[in-house]
Amino acid sequence: MREFLVVMVGAILVDNFVLSKFLGICPFLGVSKKLNTALGMSGAVIFVMVVSAAVTWPIYNNILVPRGLAYLQTLVFILVIAALVQFVETILKRFMPPLYKALGIYLPLITTNCAVLGVTLLNIDKGYSFIMSVVNSIGAGLGFMLALVIFSGVREKIENCDIPKNMKGLPIALVAAGLVSLAFFGFKGLFT
Amino acid sequence: MANSVKGRQVFINGIFKENPIFRLVLGTCPTLAVTTVARNGLGMGLAATFVLVGSNIVISLLRSIIPDKVRIPAFITVIAGFVTIVQLALKAWLPVLDKELGIFIPLIVVNCIILARAEMFASRNGVMRSALDGIGMGIGFTLALLVMGSIREILGNGTWFDIPILNGVIDPVTLAILPPGGFLVFGLLMGGFGKLIARLDLPSGKDEPGCSCAGCGDKDGCPAAKGEADR
Repeated sequence: MREFLVVMVGAILVDNFVLSKFLGICPFLGVSKKLNTALGMSGAVIFVMVVSAAVTWPIYNNILVPRGLAYLQTLVFILVIAALVQFVETILKRFMPPLYKALGIYLPLITTNCAVLGVTLLNIDKGYSFIMSVVNSIGAGLGFMLALVIFSGVREKIENCDIPKNMKGLPIALVAAGLVSLAFFGFKGLFT
Repeated sequence: MANSVKGRQVFINGIFKENPIFRLVLGTCPTLAVTTVARNGLGMGLAATFVLVGSNIVISLLRSIIPDKVRIPAFITVIAGFVTIVQLALKAWLPVLDKELGIFIPLIVVNCIILARAEMFASRNGVMRSALDGIGMGIGFTLALLVMGSIREILGNGTWFDIPILNGVIDPVTLAILPPGGFLVFGLLMGGFGKLIARLDLPSGKDEPGCSCAGCGDKDGCPAAKGEADR
């Protein structure tokens, strides 16, 4: 139980996917302008991350490895994720319209979100067990959500500031992200 | 991009006016993650350039065969094929670089630059022009990564390509090679590059760098981009 907790909290705070591993920067900058879009996007990301980790782990360990096809990992994973996103979208649309309404518009963007492919590859790289992979994906997703929510608050404040013309928009957002990342850097010693 | 644009211009575009990193703001993840030292930045840039040129050529050749409805999965498959080639080649010949770039090599698959160029350029242009576009964009990407990597390595470690530069004249600012430094250097560079483009008076595609959605090839079809425009 303890090690699950360490992996989970580690993925949320210490090795935050966005702020210290630089995965999923595009949605981090793209949809963090408002709090509710940030929440919608991260909800969709958590969902897809956990499902894809749960699907790619058995595919890698039970299908690719025994047949000596481990080098096809990248190709297979991205296709699985793309298919999965499509599938989730269809299911949600048919059976859970309210949830589809909330997450629907973010789903197509997720296929090319490197945090999703990143978490599935990292689970394999680190040799996690199935359960551990799922736990790690939940942690990574929650970390993504935390970063997005915090940053959307910061960005709403930036909107009202007087900023030099050339720094307006993304450049100043990146500088602000640097400061948020610096704050997260304080968690580095948590487990050592 | 209209077909009247000359090949040379297609090539130059990728380096300045439409620099994938500083102007289009595509592929930010590897930009921030691997540029702790100049060598890794260069390695990542060249790997991505290879994939970009290769996939641009193949997709341009196949553009009349691929049905419109499944074009995105087809593009991703082609790109993933080239990424696997790079992965195997690096593992065989440059194991050190492979280890340092880690999962960011397989993650080239989801690098928006490559899919965006496939969708916006290669699927609408001939082989020669697509190859030129790939090379130009690749060089723009590589140069940006090299600049970022150089600044961060010199500031943070006092070296450039492992050669001592600062020699204790000023103490290295370790922050520059840590994750927060990546964001800071990138933000300041992007602001500076915008100013440079404005100073040189190169007519730019956009007034200011947009978010990742604006540069994405699928922005007309993608509901998320529409949601963003509505807000």
